[in-house]
Amino acid sequence: MDILYLLIPLSVVLAIVIGAAFWLAVDGGQFDDLDKPALDVVVDDDRPRP
Amino acid sequence: MTLELASGAAAAAGCFHCGLPVAAGTSFTFDAGGGRRVFCCLGCQAISTSIAGLGLDDYYRVRSAPAPRAPKADEHFDAFDDPVVQERFVSQAPGALEAELILEGLACAACAWLVEQVVARSAGVKSISVNYSTRRARLAWDPATTRLGEVLRAIHALGYSAWPYEEGRLALVEQREGRCLLRRLWVAGLGMMQVMMYAVPGYLAGEGEIAGDAASLMRWAGLVLTAPVMAYSAAPFFRGAWRDLRLSHLGMDVPIALGLLAAFAASVHATVAGAGDVYFDSIAMFVFLITGGRYLELVARRRAGSSLQRLARLVPQMARRVRASDGHEESVAVARLYVGDRVLVRPGETVPADGRLESASASVSQAWLSGESRALARAPGDAVLGGSVNAGDAFVLVVTRLGADTALASIHRLLERALAERPRWADAAQRASAMFVAGILAVAALAGLAWLAIEPSRALWIAVAVLIVTCPCALALATPVALTAGVGALARANVVAASAEAIERLAGATDIVFDKTGTLTHGQPRLLETLPLGLPTRDDCFALASRIARASAHPIDTVFRDASTPIAPASTDMGELPRSVAGQGIETMIEGRRYRLGREGFVAQLCASPLPSSLEEVADTVTWLGDEGGWLARFRIGDELRAEARAAISDLRALGLAVHLLSGDEAGAVNRVAASLGIVDASARATPEDKRSRVADMQRAGARVAMVGDGINDAPVLAQADVSIAMGGGADLAQVHAHAVLLSNSPADLVRAVRIARRTRRVIRQNLFWALAYNIVVIPLAVAGLVTPLIAGIGMSASSLAVVANAARLRR
Repeated sequence: MDILYLLIPLSVVLAIVIGAAFWLAVDGGQFDDLDKPALDVVVDDDRPRP
Repeated sequence: MTLELASGAAAAAGCFHCGLPVAAGTSFTFDAGGGRRVFCCLGCQAISTSIAGLGLDDYYRVRSAPAPRAPKADEHFDAFDDPVVQERFVSQAPGALEAELILEGLACAACAWLVEQVVARSAGVKSISVNYSTRRARLAWDPATTRLGEVLRAIHALGYSAWPYEEGRLALVEQREGRCLLRRLWVAGLGMMQVMMYAVPGYLAGEGEIAGDAASLMRWAGLVLTAPVMAYSAAPFFRGAWRDLRLSHLGMDVPIALGLLAAFAASVHATVAGAGDVYFDSIAMFVFLITGGRYLELVARRRAGSSLQRLARLVPQMARRVRASDGHEESVAVARLYVGDRVLVRPGETVPADGRLESASASVSQAWLSGESRALARAPGDAVLGGSVNAGDAFVLVVTRLGADTALASIHRLLERALAERPRWADAAQRASAMFVAGILAVAALAGLAWLAIEPSRALWIAVAVLIVTCPCALALATPVALTAGVGALARANVVAASAEAIERLAGATDIVFDKTGTLTHGQPRLLETLPLGLPTRDDCFALASRIARASAHPIDTVFRDASTPIAPASTDMGELPRSVAGQGIETMIEGRRYRLGREGFVAQLCASPLPSSLEEVADTVTWLGDEGGWLARFRIGDELRAEARAAISDLRALGLAVHLLSGDEAGAVNRVAASLGIVDASARATPEDKRSRVADMQRAGARVAMVGDGINDAPVLAQADVSIAMGGGADLAQVHAHAVLLSNSPADLVRAVRIARRTRRVIRQNLFWALAYNIVVIPLAVAGLVTPLIAGIGMSASSLAVVANAARLRR
């Protein structure tokens, strides 16, 4: 069961990494509107880049 | 493209844009690449053409609900460009101005996309981001290139409505608050899941099955992941408890903070020393559950708040000033009017300020003051009050009083007084929780002291166990989760609760008071009866009257403009333009015959024959139709009862509510409504002050009064009542101060609202009972030293989940 000494600390690090990822996602406004952004992917934006 | 073709084919059944039925033979079509599109009206056609022109046809492909029908464009968009008006909602950004907009009519996420695309393409717009969840948009524009009014007009041209959000400056604060809570929830949730994984092996394994260092490692891992939960997610509880303690007040946050601190300190001590129980899983789960409850509460509150804001939208008061120099009219904000200005008021417009009539005659409705919708005649020099609606022809008045001096402002003051006098919402729950908290602290301290005498080494652990198992998680969740679910259920019944308090008060109401106008009746004059005198059938009478009425802008035409009648082809035989005589009626020539439609005296001048003597007198407003040959028809016009009013009243009675009618209308109309609905207690001609004192009397007699009203004149009584419900179509002022708004204006939804409120109250009581019962069972166990960390964890989550599941029943 020595593998536990690697896996348990690893799980702690992973949890912290996932937590940081969610933190950034919330700050980036990813959870502000859960409906409209889905359309931005589906619909082409044919406008020329300014 | 197949999808687009399919929706094009469906246009045979309905409008391509809004999906409403299309009348046979209409010519509103547009040939697009995908086929011919048919529309119900010119507005929808114009919108669809412009969407196609901008290359945004994808909208029709991705939308999941039909668009709203094209609205009538008659709005004061330019008024929003006035700096005085803008001061209220516009903020400065580098090189641009920013405003938060409220959008109306978004039917699905595709609408939000469409608005964003169209506005982003217009010149001078720096950026726009539309949030479909909140139905708001943040707009930044360059004031040198474009104006806000232009952008609003562009959105309006698409068929949506946009208004500046007056609290827009708060939007950023609101957003930060929401994100912060979401982050706390994420941290607590992740911590909870992971810490549980370290705790469960310990619960499952037997004595000595896990090696000593592996167990210790898992405790340390639990400590590392619980630390951020304590430091970040639970921070608001510590802050709240600290604030409570400084104010020497025992709130719910105090035992939460104390329990968390005690459990965490004990667990850290156990981890470091390698002996004793750890409670990391209970801590993380507890913080997650409570934070989750608070997040749901925030979401529900925000949704209710923004629906209310949408109703109470910011419409600048505009006036048409007649310029002194050349007599031309100009549009100005009311804030820019001065005493002595001459103001033109067109038919149907609201009088902007108190004034003296200058025109030869005027007819105004002072429904806001008296609750009576009947028009009153005014002669030159008479006073016309601001807030009245012009029910006749256009007139000019000279402004005499503005702003705080007007009669409307004095109603405001009356309202403020009523608000201040409203009996303070007794915080019985607060006091009960303070007693409960004091009780827990006492029990924990006593248990600790007792064990100090029996077995000193266990004393600290038992005191901690008492604090943790009694951690009033279920108690803290019991009320908010039920209220949140109740607010959601109310919203589905078309009732927006301004505060959770509204539910508690509505559930406890014993008497319900209706204001007749607009709540039980349609609030608009309708044709009740047609009596043919010289024409063969009723339809003939109606057709002729609507033809005459439609030709003029006289207010009477709304009665005869019924959607169900076919629209007559544009007549070419109007020999003479219709002439509208203020306060009397309309005269016109059709096919060489002269007709008059209006008051008895006015029509009699033309008819020259006496009225048929067999007619009985009627109480309602009566309009006559006649020509040179004699009387043709009599139309009885009045306010009609809403279809569902009768059933709703008897349902309310069945719920044990006493029903009253308190109206500013004339006695005849009030008595007729009361009689047909079986309401015994009805009073007529009540002024706003009368209504307020009547409700106050009822309250002194022990009644808890729910008031349903809709006008500005109802605002003081709405504030006086224990719970007030405003009608969605009513005046903005009343809604802002009401506890709840009835969006559908249907009394049937009111019955549903009362039922939901009572069910919510029942669920809250059950929840409180469960939470208390749990504590009563578990405290003796903890004091006896029988509670292990496993039992504490299971007990706490089971009691919390029971409470949440019970509240979830309300969502059905």
